[in-house]
Amino acid sequence: MILRQQRQSALRRVLILGTATGALVFGSSAYAEETLKIGALGVMSGPFAGWGGVMCQTFKSRAGMWNDDGGVAIGDKTYKIEVVCVDDKGDPKGAQTGAEKLVSEGVKYIQGPNTDSTAESAKTVMEANGTVNMPYAFSKSLYKAPASQSILGMVASYQVGPVIYKWLMDNKGVKKIAFVSENNADPIKQRDEGSAGAKALGLEVVSDQETYESGTTDFFPILTKVIGTSPDHIVLSGVSPSDVGPLIKAARELGFTGTMSTETGQDPKAIYEVAGDASNGFIAAGGASTEAIRSDFMVKFIERYTKDWGEWNDVAGLYVYGPEIMIQTLQSAGPKAIEDTNVFKAALDGFVGKNPFLKDGGELKYVGRTDYGQPRQVSVPIVVQQVENGEYKPLFVGKLPD
Amino acid sequence: MTQVMLNALVVGTTYALIALGITIIFSIMKVVNFAHGQLYMIGGFVVYYFNVVFGLPFWFGLVMSFLIVGLLGVAMELFLFRPVMLRVKREEVTMLLAMGTAVFLESLALIVFGEKQRGVPPIATGVIEVFDARLPTGRIVVIVVAAMLIAALMAFIGYTKTGRALRAMAQDREATALQGVNLKWLSAMGFGLGTGLAGLSGGLLVAIFAVHTGAGTAISIKAFLMIMIGGAGVLSGAILGGFVLGFLESVGYALLPGSLTFLIIFLIVICFLIVRPNGIMGKPWG
Repeated sequence: MILRQQRQSALRRVLILGTATGALVFGSSAYAEETLKIGALGVMSGPFAGWGGVMCQTFKSRAGMWNDDGGVAIGDKTYKIEVVCVDDKGDPKGAQTGAEKLVSEGVKYIQGPNTDSTAESAKTVMEANGTVNMPYAFSKSLYKAPASQSILGMVASYQVGPVIYKWLMDNKGVKKIAFVSENNADPIKQRDEGSAGAKALGLEVVSDQETYESGTTDFFPILTKVIGTSPDHIVLSGVSPSDVGPLIKAARELGFTGTMSTETGQDPKAIYEVAGDASNGFIAAGGASTEAIRSDFMVKFIERYTKDWGEWNDVAGLYVYGPEIMIQTLQSAGPKAIEDTNVFKAALDGFVGKNPFLKDGGELKYVGRTDYGQPRQVSVPIVVQQVENGEYKPLFVGKLPD
Repeated sequence: MTQVMLNALVVGTTYALIALGITIIFSIMKVVNFAHGQLYMIGGFVVYYFNVVFGLPFWFGLVMSFLIVGLLGVAMELFLFRPVMLRVKREEVTMLLAMGTAVFLESLALIVFGEKQRGVPPIATGVIEVFDARLPTGRIVVIVVAAMLIAALMAFIGYTKTGRALRAMAQDREATALQGVNLKWLSAMGFGLGTGLAGLSGGLLVAIFAVHTGAGTAISIKAFLMIMIGGAGVLSGAILGGFVLGFLESVGYALLPGSLTFLIIFLIVICFLIVRPNGIMGKPWG
């Protein structure tokens, strides 16, 4: 009797276990959902949060759109995209540990970092671990051989700067130019490159040594000196999103009537909110979200971003190129590229994708052979635009050299 | 040079207003509130929300910035600093607590307010020309209001019963308690007054500058620098420190390459503190 009960109990256990195992196996195969983990590493706090924070939000919104559509097909599998954001706080050490953290989580593709110093610091981790990253930093050593893991995600200041200055010379009669920047390595480097570019074009550089400290609230003192050199145009080199509005406002209040520009991505609404009408005419290089050139798909993305984060930021129109080309390239390179970035890199040379963000369409590919000797730059269009009542009005759209 | 002097006047007045709150807290609690800049930032956002988002008058937002950030300070004193100070006597613990609060407030602000810089519509338009210098009317209004606030605070501390009690507590807590003064209430009120001033200065200055969630740290450092120059815990010292820093900054930017200005300011402060470690005005209210 006892033996029979034991046998029945054992049988019951086997049946339950078998059923559970079967359900688990069946369930896992029927509802298998692969996840592709991608990183976003950048400055997501402090005065530069308008760059890294927006980058992270952009990737999450774009990933949300892919996931809502069922995921991204790579080979014969479909992947949901999971974005892991890490704040490097604009600190090179933070960028290095952030990159190590992402690598330890098995991340092979990372968008960011946002500055030269952080990207250079993260580079050692990227190169050593075969992780591909897409910095928004302009240091050529990131993209030139022997480096191979970094791909510039935007137009560099030394590429767009001279284009803007030439346009200003031809259209606004600018002859004298001044540069002002924050007293930090990245903006100073951009200032020096901009100044060299301006001199090469024949412009008279009347001031290029004036810097202000990070966290400056009142720009009257520094701009008094710059405006005293009587420039026709002032370049805000590598200016952080938090400083651009106050700088424009202060310059106009001091009576500066010339033109002003920056080569970094900025949000026109935020500039207008701080500087008001003084911001009208301010020139910036940006993404492709301006009404005149954006596609219906870009409008959808703007709606999604606004729904996710409460308010549109024009810088997202630039950052969205990163996830787009990354995923399109993975789809083109095939599933092996998910784990092996060498397969991904081998695909860069001949990759030609579709640009879904521009009304006129066009190609999405990797350029940079002229500047870096290898295809390590995303073919983001050079969109030069000016602020008008809180909106961007494109002045002209150009292409990066191959 | 007129422009440089006007710049120094504006920067000095705004700095003085910023420094007052931190010095009040230091004098009564012996706490260097490293979250002062973050409270300044919150004050700026309070005005932004009342004025721009809710469409209410700027001046109403300014009053609210004082009240809201002041109440936040009272809560900080009651629930953070007081329990810690009752149990631990080491000063660095409160310093670390203030730093932790600063990081917490900044991170929270980033989530709540977002990453964008914010500004409010101008409170006054137009520019006045003084000789060859330009002074926007918005700045004149801010200087006048800041000067009035500073004067009101000095009068409150100097001539009211509560103000005198605050001064007494800063000099000798035990003797003040023996006079029947409720130190618990007074500490919370003093802390709230200090943080309220931080909020008020952030709220007032958003009218001429802008505010963003990362603005706090630099403000805290400068506020700390100002009270070190003027004398930590002395109201007149904070005002003097603000004007000295404002003058050094404005004249420094005019005469030196930009990158050298703060390098030299810090060098001057270091040399000065070696000679006079208690700042220009000496020890707190003593």
